[in-house]
Amino acid sequence: MKQHLIGALCALAFVGGSIAQTPKKPAAKPAPKPAQAAVAEEKDAATLEFEKFRAEMEDSNPAELFEMKGAEQWKAKRGPKNVSLAESCDLGQGVGKIDGAYVKMPRYFADADAVMDAERRIVWCMVEKQGFLFDDIAKRPFANETFTPDITNLVTYVAAHSRNMKIDVPLKDPKVRDAYEIGKEIAAYRAGPYDFSCNTCHGSDGKRIRMQNLPNIATPKGALSGVQGWPGYRMTGGVMLTHQWRMGDCFRQQRFPQPKYASDAVAYLLTYMIGNANGQTYKGPGIKR
Amino acid sequence: MEMNPARRTVLRGAGSLGALSALVLAGVLKPTAVYAADWNKAAFEAKDTAGALKGIGAASTSESKDLMLKVPDIAENGAVVPVDVTCNIPKTSSISILVEKNPSPLCAHFEFANGAVADVSARLKMGQTSLVKAVAKADGKFYTAQKEVKVTVGGCGG
Amino acid sequence: MADPMKIRAQIKGDVAEIRILMGHPMETGQRKDAAGATVPAHFIQSMTVDVAGKRVVDGQIGTSVSRNPVFGFKMKGAKAGDKVVVNWVDNKGDKRTDEATVA
Repeated sequence: MKQHLIGALCALAFVGGSIAQTPKKPAAKPAPKPAQAAVAEEKDAATLEFEKFRAEMEDSNPAELFEMKGAEQWKAKRGPKNVSLAESCDLGQGVGKIDGAYVKMPRYFADADAVMDAERRIVWCMVEKQGFLFDDIAKRPFANETFTPDITNLVTYVAAHSRNMKIDVPLKDPKVRDAYEIGKEIAAYRAGPYDFSCNTCHGSDGKRIRMQNLPNIATPKGALSGVQGWPGYRMTGGVMLTHQWRMGDCFRQQRFPQPKYASDAVAYLLTYMIGNANGQTYKGPGIKR
Repeated sequence: MEMNPARRTVLRGAGSLGALSALVLAGVLKPTAVYAADWNKAAFEAKDTAGALKGIGAASTSESKDLMLKVPDIAENGAVVPVDVTCNIPKTSSISILVEKNPSPLCAHFEFANGAVADVSARLKMGQTSLVKAVAKADGKFYTAQKEVKVTVGGCGG
Repeated sequence: MADPMKIRAQIKGDVAEIRILMGHPMETGQRKDAAGATVPAHFIQSMTVDVAGKRVVDGQIGTSVSRNPVFGFKMKGAKAGDKVVVNWVDNKGDKRTDEATVA
């Protein structure tokens, strides 16, 4: 575990300009009371209107197109070693077993000696079992308007096989617990030109950007609303994106350097966020604005 | 000067194609398979609602309560606006959907047969706040319903 | 080659609900890419739905339909086991046919 702690601290070091700013210090300024009554009402009206169409949007979610591709890719013999993930990849429930696997990650994998979220684990399988090169996958890990990487389809397929299941990150495992605690600190770590942290936007109730409510990922309800949107079909651009992507995008919006793909830092943040949603039902893959 | 006769020939050609499309749309000529050539170019490329309506043959329309258009008051994202149109007028044979302020207002046109209920849902792009209009054809007459959808700018990562 | 569609056809009460997801960029011809070049129009123009060998919906669509289109239709008289065949053709002549069974 020591290695991972160091890894995460390195991550913290690169996001901060100065290491002297200790990550222990929580960004515990009490949030200013955000909403006058009028603002709150306006938000609710817009939110209610969005929600009226949510069920229909979720019922017919283009994410299913990516899930279909992921199903094929999971079962196909691929890579230099010409093996399928179905016959080689253990997501924590046994080789090839995907039902309920997504909602029980991040978890600790002894074979990799690491805490891994679903995407990181599938990448690990693609590298270790199928023989793909990590650098090739990490070169273009996320979708854009003209390209969707295989890993995104695979994550979507695996996530879809946890739909309507209870989120159950094994936080009792000491290694997962450590990852959770580091993730919590990363979420609170303020740095960059705007002195932002994840928690600046997602660490207290009642915040919004323009028309969108921002979930407080420290609460079970807020964490769930963050978690179950991912992997998600993003209406803007019509692209399928993963929870890993979302974490990276948060770093970008904080004006931090991007975290390394499938790294400890991202796995730990996800452990914190998904762990906070434990006990609730996952309804993803999602459809996002 | 020499341009004109040539131009007229081209226009005449376009006109006869348009007439063919009109016959197809009217159901006089029923294609047995889909070909892109069936696409009603004049209607879909019309730059305003009047032109689009003319293109689908709906020169005059009347409002009807039996034509129901379900759209959000505010779109969560203008790139994907859910629209549902249901027409309870007997003998409804087609439904068209238009977004008035899009560069080309006509979005879609559906003809129904063989037990299809006059009910369609789709998702549309909207460049800005606009009226969305449904047009149904029933027993040779055209009916409309419309509703405004506000398009807003969103937040960041969703 | 065009991506497969996902088609779901379910009987609910006295109607069958047919839901179709299509994988298509639906480029308007007005969008610019990251380099500032206009992305050429590329969109589905025609689509049909046949159930048990009969044409049920004959549709034409334009560039205002969202990327990765989603359509829902309803019909009466369909039975479980009926074959649903959906076709589309786009402005470049690409086409796709997929099938499902009414459940």
